Amino acid sequence: MKNYIQDIERALYDVRDEDKSIYKSDAGLTEEIIRDISARKKDPAWMLEFRLKSLEVYKKIELPTWGADISELNMDEIVTYVKPNAAQVSDWSQVPAEIKKTFDRLGIPDAEKKSLAGVGAQYDSEVVYHSIQKRLTDLGVVYTDMETALVEHEDIVREYFMTLVPPKDHKFAALHGAVWSGGSFVYVPAGVDVKIPLQSYFRLNAAGAGQFEHTLIIVEPNAKLHFIEGCSAPKYNVTNLHAGCVELFVKEGARLRYSTIENWSRNMMNLNTKRALVERNGLIEWVSGSFGSHVSMLYPCSVLHGEGARAEFTGVTFAGKGQNLDTGAIVVHAAPKTSANINTRTISKSGGAATYRSAVKVTKNAPYAKCSVNCESLMLDDESRSDTLPVMDVEGDEADIGHEAKIGRISEEAIFYLMARGISEEEARAMIVRGFVEPIAKELPLEYAVEMNNLINLELEGQL
Amino acid sequence: MLEIKNLHVKAGDKEILRGVDLKVGAGEVHVILGPNGSGKSTLMNVILGHPKYQITSGEIFFNGEDLTALKTFERARRGIFLSFQNPEEIPGITVENMLRTAKQAVTGEKIKILAFHKELLALMNELQINPEYANRYMNVGFSGGEKKRNEILQLLTLQPKLALLDETDSGLDVDAVEIVSSGVAKFHNENNSCIIITHNAQILKHLPVSSVHIFLDGKIILHGGAELVGKVSEHGYAHFEGKS
Ligand SMILES: Nc1ncnc2c1ncn2[C@@H]1O[C@H](COP(=O)(O)OP(=O)(O)O)[C@@H](O)[C@H]1O
Ligand SMILES: [Mg+2]
Repeated sequence: MKNYIQDIERALYDVRDEDKSIYKSDAGLTEEIIRDISARKKDPAWMLEFRLKSLEVYKKIELPTWGADISELNMDEIVTYVKPNAAQVSDWSQVPAEIKKTFDRLGIPDAEKKSLAGVGAQYDSEVVYHSIQKRLTDLGVVYTDMETALVEHEDIVREYFMTLVPPKDHKFAALHGAVWSGGSFVYVPAGVDVKIPLQSYFRLNAAGAGQFEHTLIIVEPNAKLHFIEGCSAPKYNVTNLHAGCVELFVKEGARLRYSTIENWSRNMMNLNTKRALVERNGLIEWVSGSFGSHVSMLYPCSVLHGEGARAEFTGVTFAGKGQNLDTGAIVVHAAPKTSANINTRTISKSGGAATYRSAVKVTKNAPYAKCSVNCESLMLDDESRSDTLPVMDVEGDEADIGHEAKIGRISEEAIFYLMARGISEEEARAMIVRGFVEPIAKELPLEYAVEMNNLINLELEGQL
Repeated sequence: MLEIKNLHVKAGDKEILRGVDLKVGAGEVHVILGPNGSGKSTLMNVILGHPKYQITSGEIFFNGEDLTALKTFERARRGIFLSFQNPEEIPGITVENMLRTAKQAVTGEKIKILAFHKELLALMNELQINPEYANRYMNVGFSGGEKKRNEILQLLTLQPKLALLDETDSGLDVDAVEIVSSGVAKFHNENNSCIIITHNAQILKHLPVSSVHIFLDGKIILHGGAELVGKVSEHGYAHFEGKS
């Protein structure tokens, strides 16, 4: 019985389009490939230089020796740039029919009509659709793809681009710096409240390819924004790579909610880097749902840089058969009276492995920091694995740090109790899992909570 | 309605039930009295098919149907209800949500949310349960008495044919026992039946007791009428040992 929750089909995410890209870079990573991508994208000279420097850094850095096993990733086989056969437009009717159909299936144009103030849709390496309500552009809000931003707002991009996540940060940040393409740029001027969310959707269709979109969001003092990121891909037998980069600048008194429901296919390596810099009394709220991918390493980081800055992190991770999802959050308290809340639920089933990993650092410059971490894991059977690895490093005085971790298996007694009330075993399990994430789901906007529930039901059906 | 014949049950290697016979007809109220650890709760759980118990021999029939072939939720849908001795806490599932889902499951009908909500609040009022508990998670942080009243709330919502009440009155104060016992009396009619496990005559006050069974060491050693209740409270169980 699926009463109040609608069913969705996995098939929806899995439909592959025929590869009709008009250009693909050669597989692997060389200076020629980088120069070629850069020329095709008509980068300014400084960007080409930035890419080449990043490539140098990439060659020098080793793969991380901790976290999920990513040894199967062979960069020589990954195609880093795939240009779809579509120019960017702001009218869905002009998007090529096949690509439009994919986004229709994913519900994007529909959501745009109902509940979004702007939409960006990326297909492989380039953004094929972008729109924003005129009301917002009149207020000075900018929402475009990164390539357009590089032309129309070059000074701003140059000032911020990869300053928060520098290429030397780790190997995949360097890779990103070298081959990035597509993504979103948002600029919200001081005091503007973008009441309705903006959403970018990233779809990777080509087999054996990488997606390296860059998201740069600047929310000026006392402005407000909710940004939603969605991602999916059809399943192939070869490894696809996602190494996007998200940089969020939250200025004094500004608020940004950054929500993601990620549903990559099971051949995806998801090695994404997300970071927010929060100034005085600013607030970053992360909502992060990790459902897909073969391997994920994802730890959105909040740098609380101004006095009284705050971070809220809410995460749900669901690892099924063959998945190794290593997710969590990082918070750096770098100013007095900063506060953070990390709240996660991790589920593993059918042999899946889910690791919760977090790092909270309170620097000497951050007296009266306040941080509370609550992470709970639920294993649905004996084959599945779950770990929690929270790290705390506190140097600031008068810190108030709380930590609560729970790992458990699904209670057979609870299932019996529900079945004794006439509820089928399958539904009983689903109810318990939904109940496990409910304290988090109830914080979400409705459509979002529904999508999360749908994904959970889908995972529980195990028809993957 | 219910017929149990020579039922033997093990948990792991341990034999818990050693030949239980019990027959319950429509409209009847049966009382089971027996010391702690004699296997009363095991019997209740086995009637609903708890996976941790294995039936080694014997039969259980419900309205002519072999129960042992059915899954727990199918038994519940046939109209068997257990008020648990220790109700489970289930985080994240509200009382109202759980009951609506259960009612939909046992009736097989689509439940109207608003009408159901009204009906639930009326029952909660009768059982003196704070209406805010409709939105609380199932039994989480409930006191012992609140959990038991929540079981009776489910009994009255689901309207089964056979109610098994496992020490629903234990650990309750006098007023709470009265509420629970009125709830059971409200449920009971000539078409449904109850099996009540208790240590205490008070819960039986409003009920027409049909027979009383003394349960010792994994089986029923004596069947009798309501007068056995008084005998047990007077003499204890030792009095009956060796009577089988
Ligand atoms: N799952 C089990 N595994 C092993 N022993 C059990 C199990 N369940 C019950 N028992 C044992 O069976 C006996 C009867 O238990 P129970 O049915 O709860 O008795 P009562 O309800 O009459 O107090 C007790 O000795 C108890 O410890
Ligand atoms: Mg008992």
